[in-house]
Amino acid sequence: MLDPSNTLNPFAVAVPEIFLAAAICVVLLFEAFFGAKRRGATATLTLFVLVIGAALTVVYANVTQRVVLFDGMYVADPLAYVLKLAGFLIVAWVLLYSRSYLENRDMLKGEYYVLALTALLGIFVLVSADSLLTIYLGVELLALSVYAMVAFDRESGIAAESAMKYFVLGAIASGMLLYGMSIIYGLTGTLSLDGIAAALHSPSDLGVILGLAFIVVAVAFKFGAVPFHMWLPDVYEGAPTSVTLFVGTAPKIAYFALALRLLAYGVPGAAIDWTRMLMPLAVLTLVVGNVVAIVQSNIKRMLAYSTISHVGFIVLGFVAGTQSGYTAALYYMLIYVLMALGAFGVIVLASRKGFEADKLDDYKGMYRRDPLLALAMAMLMFSMAGVPPFVGFWAKLRIIQALWETNHLGLVILSLAVSVVGAFYYLRVVKLMYFDEAPETLPATVRSTGVRFALGINAAAVLVLGILPAPLLDLCSRIIG
Amino acid sequence: MITVADMLTLSGVLFALAVAGIFLNRKNIILLLMCVELLLLSANFNFIAFSRMLGDLTGQVFVFFVLTVAAAESAIGLAILVVLFRERRSINVEDLNTLKG
Repeated sequence: MLDPSNTLNPFAVAVPEIFLAAAICVVLLFEAFFGAKRRGATATLTLFVLVIGAALTVVYANVTQRVVLFDGMYVADPLAYVLKLAGFLIVAWVLLYSRSYLENRDMLKGEYYVLALTALLGIFVLVSADSLLTIYLGVELLALSVYAMVAFDRESGIAAESAMKYFVLGAIASGMLLYGMSIIYGLTGTLSLDGIAAALHSPSDLGVILGLAFIVVAVAFKFGAVPFHMWLPDVYEGAPTSVTLFVGTAPKIAYFALALRLLAYGVPGAAIDWTRMLMPLAVLTLVVGNVVAIVQSNIKRMLAYSTISHVGFIVLGFVAGTQSGYTAALYYMLIYVLMALGAFGVIVLASRKGFEADKLDDYKGMYRRDPLLALAMAMLMFSMAGVPPFVGFWAKLRIIQALWETNHLGLVILSLAVSVVGAFYYLRVVKLMYFDEAPETLPATVRSTGVRFALGINAAAVLVLGILPAPLLDLCSRIIG
Repeated sequence: MITVADMLTLSGVLFALAVAGIFLNRKNIILLLMCVELLLLSANFNFIAFSRMLGDLTGQVFVFFVLTVAAAESAIGLAILVVLFRERRSINVEDLNTLKG
């Protein structure tokens, strides 16, 4: 533990970012010199980097209080610390799952790992940003790495198409974000979030509303909230599954931090304005996400719409606009990432070269072919649906509690109703796996012990955190408060 | 005398042109990339106008960062375009219809 009352060396606290930036250069050079000879060595090196990085973060970046460093550009607080550790863990898990997928398709190239690390660096910059400039740079570093990852499979026209759509819509979102930032800068004369929070305390000022509208649209675009969700199903379906796994998990941390730092901490004075803007977005997102997911026949697309509906719940946490709401949103985001990691992990493990396992029908009779994988998927689906012993239930409950405390009775009823609708398509997957006969002989699933062990831990975490929810909940409320 | 209001109007017009260009254009992906650049430049214009009005240099420093990022962004955009062209032999926006999002 560091004592912030001492004169703090800013470079010591920023060790996670500095280490990661240096490690990216090393991994890139390693790939350039040895990558062609030893396929997979870069993958091992990257995992090694993530483990060391996490250890260094625990040693150096574990601050107990909020400290602003580098002339107000960078903030180190417990929230940033926890999100950075979560980032290391999630990316390590993604890379564990995706290795065999890439190997089977002759895509095990170092670029994938370098891009994953630069995206992670973007997440870190965003999570620790305390100025509009660092927020913008973090958003762009993350987004540019992810665009390139989506287009990573150069043989696939569908991946290139989805990357192009993602790029254009993402660029519009960045433009909106920048335009909103410029208006806020013009009104306050500062780029620092603390300065902005101090300067803007008159709600319903026309200029503030204009700037906030652009920023809210940009955040909604990045999160994939309806009506700015058009890119999300296409990217999830078009990208190689290992990339979908990445896109669906790690960046959500960053976008949560974006919304929290920019809206909740940056302009608390105008909270009444942006909660009013977010409310219709949340309602639309919940309804469209859950209803459209029902008619999907592609499981990646179905999980994309399920992502949209989960985003609706996260946005509801912000609509509540209280400490308890932000805590619930943070908890929901972490839990959602855990569940999405497992669900896409199962798709990765069920697929083979030439068989992507991305149709719902490919899961028929999964229980006969691979009982363990089917069990893991069933647990994850129950959790996403919010069935009690699993952790998804607590995440939904916290959001509903936060809404109840702020007297949003209509939203409470809506979120209960859409949860019931959502349960239908999650449980359909379970029914297909356990009660339907497989149509013909489908290819075997991936049997490598290491990956299955990682998936087992992931599924077990969903159950264990569901039985013992208190520690993570306490952690979330402590780092938000 | 050019006032801040004039500059903001110009940047607003540029922004609207860029967004309209992205949504109305059905011909060519390169035009989309140009509109994206215009979008970022309109925001830059705002920053410069406000920076001059406030007598504060940080806004102009921000613009330098945005210009750098915009260069990286168009590099990635063109790279994706090359991959797309190799697969589809076309850069027509209407041919981007395999996925129906």
